[in-house]
Amino acid sequence: MANKNQANHLRREVLIRTIQSFLSDNFDDKVETIPFVMRPKNSKASYRCCIHKERAILRDRAIAALGGSLEQDDDMKSLSSYAREAINRTDISPEVLTILSDACHGCVPSRVFVTDLCQGCVARTCVGSCKFNAITIVNGRSVIDSEKCKNCGLCIKECPYHAIVKRVVPCEDACPVGAIEKGEEGYAEIDFDKCISCGACIVGCPFGAVMEKSQIIDVLKVIKAGKKVVGMLAPSVVGQLPVSINKIAAGLIDAGFSDVYEVAQGADLTSEHESHDFKERMTKGDDFMTTSCCAAYNQLVEKHVTELNDYVSETPTPMWYTADAIKKQDKDNLTVFVGPCVAKRKEGLNDENVDFVLSFEEMGALFVAMHIELADCKDYIFSTKSLASSKRFGYGGGVAQAVIDVSSDREQIKPVLVDGLNKKSVRELKAYAAKKHCPHGNLIEVMACPGGCVGGSSTLNDKKISVKEIKKYSELD
Amino acid sequence: MDKVNIEICMGTTCFVMGASGFQEITNQIPHKYKDQVDICFKTCLGFCQNNEYNKSPYVVVNGEVISEATLEKIINCIESNKNG
Repeated sequence: MANKNQANHLRREVLIRTIQSFLSDNFDDKVETIPFVMRPKNSKASYRCCIHKERAILRDRAIAALGGSLEQDDDMKSLSSYAREAINRTDISPEVLTILSDACHGCVPSRVFVTDLCQGCVARTCVGSCKFNAITIVNGRSVIDSEKCKNCGLCIKECPYHAIVKRVVPCEDACPVGAIEKGEEGYAEIDFDKCISCGACIVGCPFGAVMEKSQIIDVLKVIKAGKKVVGMLAPSVVGQLPVSINKIAAGLIDAGFSDVYEVAQGADLTSEHESHDFKERMTKGDDFMTTSCCAAYNQLVEKHVTELNDYVSETPTPMWYTADAIKKQDKDNLTVFVGPCVAKRKEGLNDENVDFVLSFEEMGALFVAMHIELADCKDYIFSTKSLASSKRFGYGGGVAQAVIDVSSDREQIKPVLVDGLNKKSVRELKAYAAKKHCPHGNLIEVMACPGGCVGGSSTLNDKKISVKEIKKYSELD
Repeated sequence: MDKVNIEICMGTTCFVMGASGFQEITNQIPHKYKDQVDICFKTCLGFCQNNEYNKSPYVVVNGEVISEATLEKIINCIESNKNG
């Protein structure tokens, strides 16, 4: 989600101010003033009814930036007490998303209705198409009885004037697994037992009402305490900022990290292992295998499509291998994965070698807050070189291609890409598992975000440009 | 006729705060202005200093600094330079 969305600017400004507050000598007080500095007295409201509403939402955004949960917020608690909690906590919240009900528009429920385009035609295909007798003609126009309508959408397809539309609730529409719904109060709520942390609701909500709980304060705390903090840059970081990955790494060093690794080095091992795994499974007589590096996909299998479990490669992710290498080098190293997605936060919480996970957006905010101009940084030289194919894990098709590249039997592999998890692709995956057969190929690469990691919910650049930059980088040597 | 000179700041701050959306600006401005503008991508122009980062991204059109730049603001500025 690059920069077409105005909510990004607000969210990033709050993150930057939160970081600057931490770095100042008066964290509590500085944080408390964020909503008022951003919407000072006599300023005009930009998006909402009044500055007071905007301040309330900015307060909510600051709570998420401090890593707090809005679900438990009671409005009386001050931002400074959230800041103190952030300073004192040792554990990270097990749920990685939070809903800002102040920001939630409380969209009207999803339903089918007839617009003014209805011509009251003679054919009345809408009436004929409805299996529930929900459509009648009143004053020469179609009218849908919402009590009877089941939202099936058949009438939408039949109307020759395209006069019938389905009004959607964007977050519900975006969620591939039905984990977000309007609660009793009419505001969106996440069912965390169903949620796969794919981040589709963050991208989907036009009011910016879903946020990740930031771990930036947790990372800044350990840097301040003088710990050895090692950054792990996801392959999709290339092209996220208008400089080379070496300068991005140098920026992290300037921000206080002790070392930076490319997660592509872990991807070397992932593709190697995955190609062996594939070969074994095919020899055993399996019909297909799916990749295992997308954290949201892994949660999908675990929570919703358990029948696919036997088909998912058992290969650890590039993040796992990279963190493992860093901890083996020195067990006191604290590892921070920096990536484009929400689901890696969840994976990080379950991986004892991963201490923290930051998003590209948080990394960008950190550079702005600390006045780090990347173009002026010296190139950081990574200690380990990775394969060109491993550098291409960040876009759709890159993972399967990397597995093919290291395979001893390339002819055998027929890759299929599931380009983004949505209701339709989830149904397709379920069908492959049910039939124990995938008609399109035998190595299924599943990417929860359209386009792969470059399409993640907290990216800083356009997908197409990022892919171009990744290709360029992978061909460098 | 002189071309309208457009400098787009691609410094880290401006990029994070929205300038990433201007990378393909050459294809986004109206066709009639295509030959009348000179677009130049710059490293940090320095406007984000003094904590004015919240007003980024910055774009300079014929010397006039546009803060919180959007494509619309840039096009309006090109128009007023052409017609003004």
